[in-house]
Amino acid sequence: MNFDDTPQEAEFRKIARTWIAANAPKEFEEELSKSSLGRIRLAKHDMVEVGKAWQKRKAEGGWACLHWPKEYGGRGATPIERVIWQQEEGVYGKLTQPFQIGEGMCGPTVMAWGSEDAKRRYLPKLASGEEIWCQLFSEPSAGSDVAGLRTRAEKKGDNWVVNGQKIWTSGAHYSDYGLLIARTDPNVPKHKGLTMFFLDMKSPGVEVRPIKQANGMQEFNEVYFTDVVIPDSQRLGAVGEGWSVSLTTLMNERMSIGSRLATGVPEMFEFCSNLMLEDGLAIDDPAVRSKLASWAVKASGLKYTSYRAISALSKGERPGPENSIGKLVSGLMLQDIATYAMDLEGAAGSLTGTDEEQANGQFQQMLLSSPSMRIAGGTDEILRNIIAERVLGLPGDIRVDKDVPYNKIPTKGR
Amino acid sequence: MNFDFSDEQKQMRDEARKFLSEQCPPKAVREVLDGKAPYDKSLWKGLAEMGFLGVAIPEQFGGAGAGHLELCVIAEEMGRALAPVPFSSTVYLAAEALLIAGSDAQKQKWLPKIASGDAIGTLALFEGHGNPSPKAVKLTADGGALNGVKKPVPDGAIADFAVVAARTGSSGRESDISLFIVDLKASGVEVKSLTNIDLTRGQAEITFKDAKAEPLGAAGEGWGVITQVLDRAAVLMAFEQVGGADRALEMGRDYALDRIAFGRPIGSFQAVKHMLADMYVSATLARSNCYYGAWALSTNAGELPEAAAAARISATQAFQHCAKNNIQVHGGMGFTWEFDCHMYYRRANAVALGLGSLSYWEDALIDRMRKKNAA
Repeated sequence: MNFDDTPQEAEFRKIARTWIAANAPKEFEEELSKSSLGRIRLAKHDMVEVGKAWQKRKAEGGWACLHWPKEYGGRGATPIERVIWQQEEGVYGKLTQPFQIGEGMCGPTVMAWGSEDAKRRYLPKLASGEEIWCQLFSEPSAGSDVAGLRTRAEKKGDNWVVNGQKIWTSGAHYSDYGLLIARTDPNVPKHKGLTMFFLDMKSPGVEVRPIKQANGMQEFNEVYFTDVVIPDSQRLGAVGEGWSVSLTTLMNERMSIGSRLATGVPEMFEFCSNLMLEDGLAIDDPAVRSKLASWAVKASGLKYTSYRAISALSKGERPGPENSIGKLVSGLMLQDIATYAMDLEGAAGSLTGTDEEQANGQFQQMLLSSPSMRIAGGTDEILRNIIAERVLGLPGDIRVDKDVPYNKIPTKGR
Repeated sequence: MNFDFSDEQKQMRDEARKFLSEQCPPKAVREVLDGKAPYDKSLWKGLAEMGFLGVAIPEQFGGAGAGHLELCVIAEEMGRALAPVPFSSTVYLAAEALLIAGSDAQKQKWLPKIASGDAIGTLALFEGHGNPSPKAVKLTADGGALNGVKKPVPDGAIADFAVVAARTGSSGRESDISLFIVDLKASGVEVKSLTNIDLTRGQAEITFKDAKAEPLGAAGEGWGVITQVLDRAAVLMAFEQVGGADRALEMGRDYALDRIAFGRPIGSFQAVKHMLADMYVSATLARSNCYYGAWALSTNAGELPEAAAAARISATQAFQHCAKNNIQVHGGMGFTWEFDCHMYYRRANAVALGLGSLSYWEDALIDRMRKKNAA
């Protein structure tokens, strides 16, 4: 048991570190290291533009999507080399946020199901950040039950015509392409009538509308499709196989190891170490210490769980299912920590001021944003189902709509 | 990075599991539970023969000289099987205290006997309510004679010797505390069994009246040794707790697959699935914290105090959580004497206290994290 690199890994790390030292946009280092809890703000620059520039430079140096084959814009690196890269990329990794859905989900789906022509045309530009991709799965009436989606694609000659609406699409407003799952046959049970496509987001009939979220921000979008034409050559997998294709995407989402989830623990520890209560520092209060300790061991547990997955990768093994717990643990923890930090501030805890005394308003912002952490990318409840069914081997829930043709499923109350 | 046990260590874990599933089935645990024996003597002998008791004891003192990582994997299996033997008190507490502070002669006297299963040892620290603290040590040592009462002493009624924390000064500082080894069969020692919630492991009250004692380590340095022993034992016990948590989770899962209600296995109901998923989460977090503790223990790293506290807290929470919800999944049957659920519930809640309670370790973790942040 050790934390050391193998000689090959050490060599790779050295090369990566040297390259990053020579090429990273150091002018943003300070701002990036201050951005915590997934909030990245650059005072004078557009995040997407700065991200694209960094991604392009990485691609030129052979460091973009480095676990992909070279012919598709990658480096042919091993999974452990990818993790080492992420560790070395450090704060600059935050700049890759606009590309994560493309790199983590859309790209792998195209790689698994696209034609050779499509792979050579789209993947290198996705890898280099020149073209950004988004994922068009969720709908207003199909979230956790995504197979119940309604967006229709109808065959007209060599094309498909799409009508419907998607929702919760991150980055749709700056994306060039989208991975779209649509219903092509409503006369068969819901999982069997779906087909996967990709499309140019600038196609006529695509309308992107930002959603104003509960926390006042706008990060997600609704995307409307009105008679949008998609050539049949942009279909991924067979007609009616969309559900199987979507599983590739979702599996890849869960495989992303080393992506550090914010837990709120370092921020809370710092806050409690400085907050003066009536009887002294918050961190000297037994009740505070007890909560802090419980959160700290969850955060360290997550950290060492990811180390176990990295170790499996290092040995060329497939990581076990342990990593599926990350978002489930950290989402709820963020919310609890924010609530408790504000509790310690008393009546003033509700103030969203950004002065020093208010810990820069970070917990108030965390409180307002954290509900989305427990919903986006699989709700807490869906994640528990996944652990129960895929890890513990418990039976699936009884599904009353499973073998019913989609157009016979009751829709009242949806 | 290789944050995992080696193939040889995993093989040892498999051996231990196989041995314990044969030699320590629930039926054997119940012999002790039902009061037919104070501990499982034949299992204790068998563990010695397998080399498990001396796995971390150097060869020169009769052990296998393997190391603490090997001891961790065995500890996990001991917890899983609810082994009703004085393993933790003898191996994690007494043997570790000797390894840290013992003279060559003391090690030569006791460690080979521990490895061979011929001596049971323990640590006599507590004196009634409260957590580990130098202030709570009232028992006095004067001219090599101990006077005072220790309770609870784990496995005290079956132990041959004890490492005893005694007061040798009155400055109010840690340096008031010194350690002694006492032969519990000698005169001046009175042992009384105490009942406790975990019927498969004994607790005792030991009264010392001018009992003859031999110093262990330098005078006034006892508390430092106690702290080190508790940190090491915390990691090892955390592995037992993780083993127990995993087993409780498996029992719950198996029952949820087997039990039919409302025309379907209860494991298909989300209320039950989510409970089991949460058990898996806490057991996984605990296991990962334990691995870090094992690394720190085996390398004697400066991170050990923090890692031990984290492993202890996480594993205590996980075992309590899994044992409690295992009963809940079982419903009424889980509350019967006949089902094994209560044995895990009892063990989980007893070992949560033995080395100091959860709040004690939470407090310790925060202190240690602050120290690290300040450094």
